[in-house]
Amino acid sequence: MQTMDAIPISTYNSATVILELIYRMKVKDVMTRNLITASETDTLRSIQHLMKDKSITGVPIVNGSHLLGLVSVDDIICALDFGYIEDPASKHMTTEMIVLEDDMPVSFAIQYFDRFRFHRFPVLNRSKELVGMVTNRDITTYLLLEINKEVDKLERKSMLFSQEVCLLNQVQSYSIARHDFEKAGYASTQIKKHLKKAGVAPALIRRVAVAAYELEMNIVVHSDGGEIIAEYESDRVTITARDYGPGIPDVGLALQKGYTTADEWTRSLGFGAGMGLPNVQSVSDKFSITSSAKGTVVISTIFLKPQP
Amino acid sequence: MTVNDITKLEGYEVQVMADKDAQVSCAYTGDLLSDVMGNAPDDSVLITIQAHKNTIAVASLAGTQAIVICNGRAIPDDMKESAQSEGVSLFSTKDDQFMASCKIASLLGIVTIN
Repeated sequence: MQTMDAIPISTYNSATVILELIYRMKVKDVMTRNLITASETDTLRSIQHLMKDKSITGVPIVNGSHLLGLVSVDDIICALDFGYIEDPASKHMTTEMIVLEDDMPVSFAIQYFDRFRFHRFPVLNRSKELVGMVTNRDITTYLLLEINKEVDKLERKSMLFSQEVCLLNQVQSYSIARHDFEKAGYASTQIKKHLKKAGVAPALIRRVAVAAYELEMNIVVHSDGGEIIAEYESDRVTITARDYGPGIPDVGLALQKGYTTADEWTRSLGFGAGMGLPNVQSVSDKFSITSSAKGTVVISTIFLKPQP
Repeated sequence: MTVNDITKLEGYEVQVMADKDAQVSCAYTGDLLSDVMGNAPDDSVLITIQAHKNTIAVASLAGTQAIVICNGRAIPDDMKESAQSEGVSLFSTKDDQFMASCKIASLLGIVTIN
């Protein structure tokens, strides 16, 4: 059975996000700060009118920011009943008050509402100044808004997560034809777009793009045709470039900056500067190359997350 | 500066305007596409004489916002189409790469030309 002074959810098996919310929220977050107050010399009649005008059911009586008492609708009804409605507030206001402090967690306020059966609590700050009022309605409204925000966040996160999981567990392959400058760059552009959609950081996308593009151009410029395979995993992207020959006679030389075997025409297009493979190597976390007359295989791996 | 600021330069013709409000924070001059690919910073203007479709692929992969084609080189239609679809702005000028670099640098506020 639920005890009277407990918040109506169990702290053992409730959603973390709700528990955090209740303990994170402070009285000062939910309280009304625009206070309608009266002074102790005001008559109960004028306070009655104030309540009617502002549609409120309780008015704190103050001297500056110092709280002296509280006049509720019940007090007004009694005054009308017993004929002292023209008396000043000081004579009949409730002075035995339960107050809350603005730094208390909202869970505390909820317990107070259960325990004392009041409709509202004045809120004081550390210097004992009146800074607000709290009603059950204030708490409900604020809670609803905050829960809405949190659920929205969770929904977005789960959507993004499922998108990421789905985009990062795929393999794409593109066949690349010899000397097809027309389509050159298509595979790399698609790979870049895919990673962008998966929400990968721009700096990492750039590295994958450099590797993919250089390898794609190498197949176009130097090989008899081949393919680019992009494998997306949650922690890495692996680009494999595989061609059907004729092979690189001296792999060591090919890895040297500035060494090229490209023809004049290719170079006039801005390719074949001897920077392709060195560029791939420099952006890769893992790099391997094997070559024979039957073909060349270059594998470039770029980590999306730090490796243990 | 924004991509649109390039239109203020005399004799710089708009071939393709993708996003005129795109922010440009630097520039890179080069005709070796591998070098551009590896070294051009993001959000830059590329100044080059490589007037062909592959330059668009490189620019798009490198995160370049705009390309200025120098020496009055003719721009083939397939290059314009590719620029349009990849969202890269394209300009042409009779200036050589050196003059174009100076003028873009002045737009960027890196140097002042009197």
